Amino acid sequence: MEKRKPKQVGKASYFYTFLVYTFLYLPMVMVVLYSTNTSNNNLVFKGFTLKWYASMVTNEELMKSLGLTLALGLVSTAISVILGTLATIGMYRYEFKGKELLDNLMYIPVVIPELVIGIASLATFTMMGITMSFWTLVIAHVTFCVPFIIITLRSRIAGFDQSVEEAAMDLGANQFRTLMRVTIPMLMPGIISGAMLSLTLSLDDVIISYFVAGAGQMTLPIRIYGMARGKISTEVYALSSAIIFLTVIGYVIASHFKEEEE
Amino acid sequence: MSTEVIKRKNKDRGAILAFVGPLAVWMLLFLALPLVYVIFISFMKKGTYGGVQLAFTLENYALFLDPTYIKVIWKSIVLAFWTSLICLLISYPFSYVLMRKISAKKRGICVLLIMLPFWISELIRLNGWSNILRDSGLLNTLLMKLHLISKPLTMMYTDGATLFGMVYALFPFMVLPLNNSIGKLDSTLIEASHDLGASKMRTFFRVILPLTVPGIFAGTIQVFIPSLGAFYIADVMGGGNSTLLGNLIKDHFLTARNWPAGAALSVILIIFTLILLKVYTKFGSLSDL
Repeated sequence: MEKRKPKQVGKASYFYTFLVYTFLYLPMVMVVLYSTNTSNNNLVFKGFTLKWYASMVTNEELMKSLGLTLALGLVSTAISVILGTLATIGMYRYEFKGKELLDNLMYIPVVIPELVIGIASLATFTMMGITMSFWTLVIAHVTFCVPFIIITLRSRIAGFDQSVEEAAMDLGANQFRTLMRVTIPMLMPGIISGAMLSLTLSLDDVIISYFVAGAGQMTLPIRIYGMARGKISTEVYALSSAIIFLTVIGYVIASHFKEEEE
Repeated sequence: MSTEVIKRKNKDRGAILAFVGPLAVWMLLFLALPLVYVIFISFMKKGTYGGVQLAFTLENYALFLDPTYIKVIWKSIVLAFWTSLICLLISYPFSYVLMRKISAKKRGICVLLIMLPFWISELIRLNGWSNILRDSGLLNTLLMKLHLISKPLTMMYTDGATLFGMVYALFPFMVLPLNNSIGKLDSTLIEASHDLGASKMRTFFRVILPLTVPGIFAGTIQVFIPSLGAFYIADVMGGGNSTLLGNLIKDHFLTARNWPAGAALSVILIIFTLILLKVYTKFGSLSDL
C-alpha cells in the first residue's frame, strides 16, 4: 500500500479537509480572541488587553481548580498505568480462568456512556458509606482510563519478541529483574502514549467528575460547566488559551525530539 | 515453544495473581459491582429522603409507559441517530483523504491536529461556538452587516444547536476508527476493481465501502452511545429547551433525588450498549474499537 506514490491531491479534497479543520478550530480561535477582550462580559468585543492573563494567576479559586484537575489527572494516570501495564503483560503471557470475562469487562468503560459510570459510582460509594472526596474522583477516573491504556499497550505487545525475555531469564535474571529491565522498557512507547491518552481523558472529563466529586472538589471542567449556561469569565478564556499555547509548544518540542531520535 | 514456557503459561498462579489480580479486583469492585448495583436499585423503592429503600417494586419501569418519558427517550434516540449519520457523512470523505491521498508525513500532522483540541475543555470549545451562533453572536452580526438578514436568526438554544454541538464534540470519535479501517485498505483490490472495468462509483460501493464496514460500525458506536448520555451538550447548546435521556437521568440522581427512577432510565443505556456491542461483534472485533 505504501509503495505507490500518493496521487495528486485534488483541489476539492484539500478544500474539504480545510473546511473540516475550520469546523474543528473555529471555536478555539474565538476563545483565544475573546481572551484578549477588555470587557469581562463576553458578549461584545470591546478592545485588546492581556490583563486577564495576569489576573487569572491571582484568581485563587481558578488556580485551585487547575491544581485539582492536574493532580487528579496525574494521580489517576499513574495508578492506571501501573494497573494497566501489569494486566496487559499478565493477559498476554498467561491463560487463566476468567480471562475472557475480564477482557469483556474492560471494554465496558470504552463503550458505555460515561453518565452510567458516574451514577453507578455515586450510588455504590454511597451504599458503602464512602463520602465523596478527591479519592472517589481518582477511583472513578482510573476505572474509565485503564481500558484505554490496555488497548494502547495491547497493539504494542502483540509484536513483541518473547525470546528477548527468555534470553534474559536464561542469562540468570530473575522475573522481577526481567520485568524491570527488559519487558517494561520494550513497552515504554506504548506506556507513554497510553498515559497521554489517559491524561487527556481525565483532564477533560465533565460527566464522571460531576457525580463523584466531593464538596469543594471543583475540577476545571466542572467549574466551566457551572458557568457555561450563563457567561464564562474572560479569565477562564485566558486560562484555556494559555493551555492551548502550552499544548502546542509541548507538541512542537516533543516532535522535535522525536525527529532528532530518528 | 519449550515445555518450560508452556508450564509458565498454565501453572504460575502467583505470577498471574500479581500481574492481573490488581486490575481484576479493581474492575470487579469499581465497575462490575456498581453496574449490578444500578440494575438492583432500579427495582427498589425510592427512600423518603433520597437514596434507596430496600423493597421490591416495578414502578420505576412504569416510567416507560409515561408519554413525557417516551417522548424524551425517542427524541434522544432520533438525535443520536442524526448525530451518528452526520458524523459519518462528514468523517468518511475526510478520513479517506487523510489516509489515502496525502503523504505519510503530512498525515501524522493531520491526525495530531484532530487530537489536539481534546486538551482544551470541550465545554470551552462549545462555548466558543455559542459566541459565534447566538443572537448577538459573530455570525448574526456578520450577516446583518452584509444586509443578508434584517433580524438575528435564532440558532442557539434549539434542538438544532444541540445536534450541532453533538456533531462537533463527537465527530473525532468517528474519524479515528475510520482512519484505522481506511488505512488498512488494500490498494491492489481497488486497482483490480478498476482494471476489471468497474467505475469509480461501483468500486466505492462494491469494494471500498464493504471493506471499511468495521470502521463505520466502530465509529457509529463511539458516537451513538455517548450522545445518549452527554447531558452537558444539551445543557450548554440547547439551553433548557432540549431535554434528553442523559439530562433526565442526571436530574433524577442530583435534583429530584429519585435514584431508583434514574437507575431504571440508565438501564436502557446499559441495554442499548449491550445490543450495539452484540451487533458490532458480528462485523468487527472489539479490539478495533
